Amino acid sequence: MTETPGTPETTETTQTTEPTASAAGSTSRRALIGWGGAGLALGAVAAGGAVAITRGSDDVQTVAAEAGGAIDFHGGNQAGIATPVQDRLHFAAFDLATDDRAEFVQMLKDWTAAARRMTAGQTVGEGAYGGLAEAPPDDTGEALGLKPSRLTLTIGFGPGLFEKLGMADRRPDALVDLPQFPGDNLDKNRSGGDVCVQACSDDPQVAVHAVRNLARIGFGKVSVRWSQLGFGKTSSTTPEAQTPRNLLGFKDGTRNIAGTETDRLKKFVWVDGADTDDNSAWMEGGSYLVARRIRMHIEPWDRTSLQEQEDIIGRDKGEGAPVGKAKERDEPFLKAMLPDAHVRLAHPDSNHGATLLRRGYSFTDGTDGLGRLEAGLFFLAYMRDIRKGFIPVQRNLATDALNEYIQHVGSAVFAVPPGVRDKDDWWGRALFSKEA
Amino acid sequence: MRAVRLSVVTAAATAAALAAVTGCTEKGSSGSGDGAISVTATDDKCEVSKKEFPAGHIELDIENKGSKVTEVYVLFPDDRIVTERENIGPGTKQKVTAEVKAGDYTIACKPGMKGDGIRQAVKATGGKVAKRDPRLDAAVAAYRKYAQEQADTTLPLAKTFAEAVKAGDLEAAKKAYAPSRIGWERTEPVAESFGDIDPKVDVRADGLEAGQKFTGWHRLEKSLWEDKKITAEDKTLADELITDLTDWQKRVGKAEITPTSMANGAKELLDEVATGKVTGEEERYSHTDLVDFKANVEGAEESYELLKPVAKENDAALVTELDKQFAALNTLLDKYRTDKNSYDFTSYDKVGEADRKQLSDAVNALAEPLSKLAAAVVK
Repeated sequence: MTETPGTPETTETTQTTEPTASAAGSTSRRALIGWGGAGLALGAVAAGGAVAITRGSDDVQTVAAEAGGAIDFHGGNQAGIATPVQDRLHFAAFDLATDDRAEFVQMLKDWTAAARRMTAGQTVGEGAYGGLAEAPPDDTGEALGLKPSRLTLTIGFGPGLFEKLGMADRRPDALVDLPQFPGDNLDKNRSGGDVCVQACSDDPQVAVHAVRNLARIGFGKVSVRWSQLGFGKTSSTTPEAQTPRNLLGFKDGTRNIAGTETDRLKKFVWVDGADTDDNSAWMEGGSYLVARRIRMHIEPWDRTSLQEQEDIIGRDKGEGAPVGKAKERDEPFLKAMLPDAHVRLAHPDSNHGATLLRRGYSFTDGTDGLGRLEAGLFFLAYMRDIRKGFIPVQRNLATDALNEYIQHVGSAVFAVPPGVRDKDDWWGRALFSKEA
Repeated sequence: MRAVRLSVVTAAATAAALAAVTGCTEKGSSGSGDGAISVTATDDKCEVSKKEFPAGHIELDIENKGSKVTEVYVLFPDDRIVTERENIGPGTKQKVTAEVKAGDYTIACKPGMKGDGIRQAVKATGGKVAKRDPRLDAAVAAYRKYAQEQADTTLPLAKTFAEAVKAGDLEAAKKAYAPSRIGWERTEPVAESFGDIDPKVDVRADGLEAGQKFTGWHRLEKSLWEDKKITAEDKTLADELITDLTDWQKRVGKAEITPTSMANGAKELLDEVATGKVTGEEERYSHTDLVDFKANVEGAEESYELLKPVAKENDAALVTELDKQFAALNTLLDKYRTDKNSYDFTSYDKVGEADRKQLSDAVNALAEPLSKLAAAVVK
């Protein structure tokens, strides 16, 4: 939720998409549901309108979700962006522990091999048992017997990586450091990172297993800087499925970008040749990720009157309809909302069309020592250019009435390279191989 | 950890793991199926249908014809457990399986589940006999010598510490404290293998079991740094520490050490660092954690260096990585002492969070490949 940032509402994703879903076909239910987003966006928006669409019938989707099938790891774009949003998240940011490029490249190859297997529901290396009794198994074992659960693993490279590996010239201009936004209270222990891995799955144990095993393979090359667990995707878009609610209790992600919306994905999410030069050509087919940990002041929010909550958001709490409208998916009339309503400020129409694909998750990390719920929205948004996506929207949210109830406490940006094309390809090859 | 305890656990785990695997994939590879060994237990007998059987997968069909609940063990000659089955009620049958190499074993029934049991010597023959690599035998011998030397060197240092305590000299005792622990920390897996000594000399306040008296190094550490005084009881404890360490010195030569226990012991030393030293829990009063840290790393490196010739042959890349990571960790540790030959390290309460994280990362970077050393040694 939260909104975050900006997000415009847009968002989301979703779905179905093509992605693959191998298994069962399809799409999954979740996908349908998913929203993603970040922000609270609540519904906001509409972005452009688009509503997502979902494809397929509920039956098909239900089957796919229940089957816990596998999402294809290979493709022109990385899975985990426009592919259907799963229920659970384990996101980890790493610092580089080596400045040896060859060593890091080998790790990327090892990670790719492990990710290829794990997303297919297989164990890492030679498995979790049956090997040499005197040595620890290659796989940690807690995902044995679990379905692939639509696990997606998505990698990104942070600004520091380019510097530390002596490749400052390959850092894309679109991967900018975020400015300080009003209200930010960023904890450096929850911010930044040279590499990130986003693990999404329908089963939390599958996502945690994936990050744990990659961290293990990475010891000595990368070290975990921070990580975040998430649940309850907060974005999606499916007319037929119920829009998920964020921890503020509002429907979120009504109008995220759907995975099937090829045109909007092309326009707002995927980096294309026109965006790049010789040094950043490696990003073609990739995207940029902004990750923000947004703490919600849950208890004060819960003591806020319904009228005020709805005014702050700009939608009603029950149906999710924009102010003055009857249905959740009715086109919002922004001027009917208060000037500082969240949806109004986050909407693409208030941001020169800026639109993000949101894929956020709620988080609850217990309580904070003062007895307050340590909870909020872990906002994840993908975009073609951070300068044209997140930054203007977040700036516009400076006057958001919701700011009284949320605080951004973590922040990171990553360049998310294109997908791993086939079994010989590996994460980041285009960046690290001259011939690539 | 405990080389000895470790090997027991490993053996049992191995048996269990292999049994599980074998159970589904190659049942009957040798002693199973119709080749099962029947064990008939009564209150005063333990009859075994075969005293000699092929090495490999064995299956015991146990029947308790006695009046007491019993348990059945397959034991190595030194009483380590290969496999066991407890709580076999009167009139009931149980199966237990194990994977055994050629060699001598004992099958024991324990009616009433007490005592040494009624024993039968048995023999597993044929099968794969583990090859003995003379280089590994030499490594084990050298490591055994190292462990003994550490104990021998530690005793006088511990006595200096104990004498200072007994003299009531707070400052001298504080000064002698950390050095007295180095030899123990270097060989902790062996030292801890004596399950009766470790809880007396190296227990921490939070490791005490109900009814256990807080004794040993850390009890004295608390008096010196936390309570800032030496009591009459402390002086008695100092004597007890020397008694217990003398016991260790006498027994260390008999610890069971194998190439894999050496390799895994090295990894376990890093685990000790990761769980106790990096957090500052080990030396919570004196903050001399980095001294223990360094000693643990030195002990791990000793094992590693001795095994390296064989490991290099089997997994050259692993050795390259380990050399690199040992060097990196040692370089990092050197930042915390001005003289590389001294054990005068920065007090751990002066090491900030970011630096502790860096130390923790370096430990992970070394311990992860180190966990593969055992496999490289026995490959």
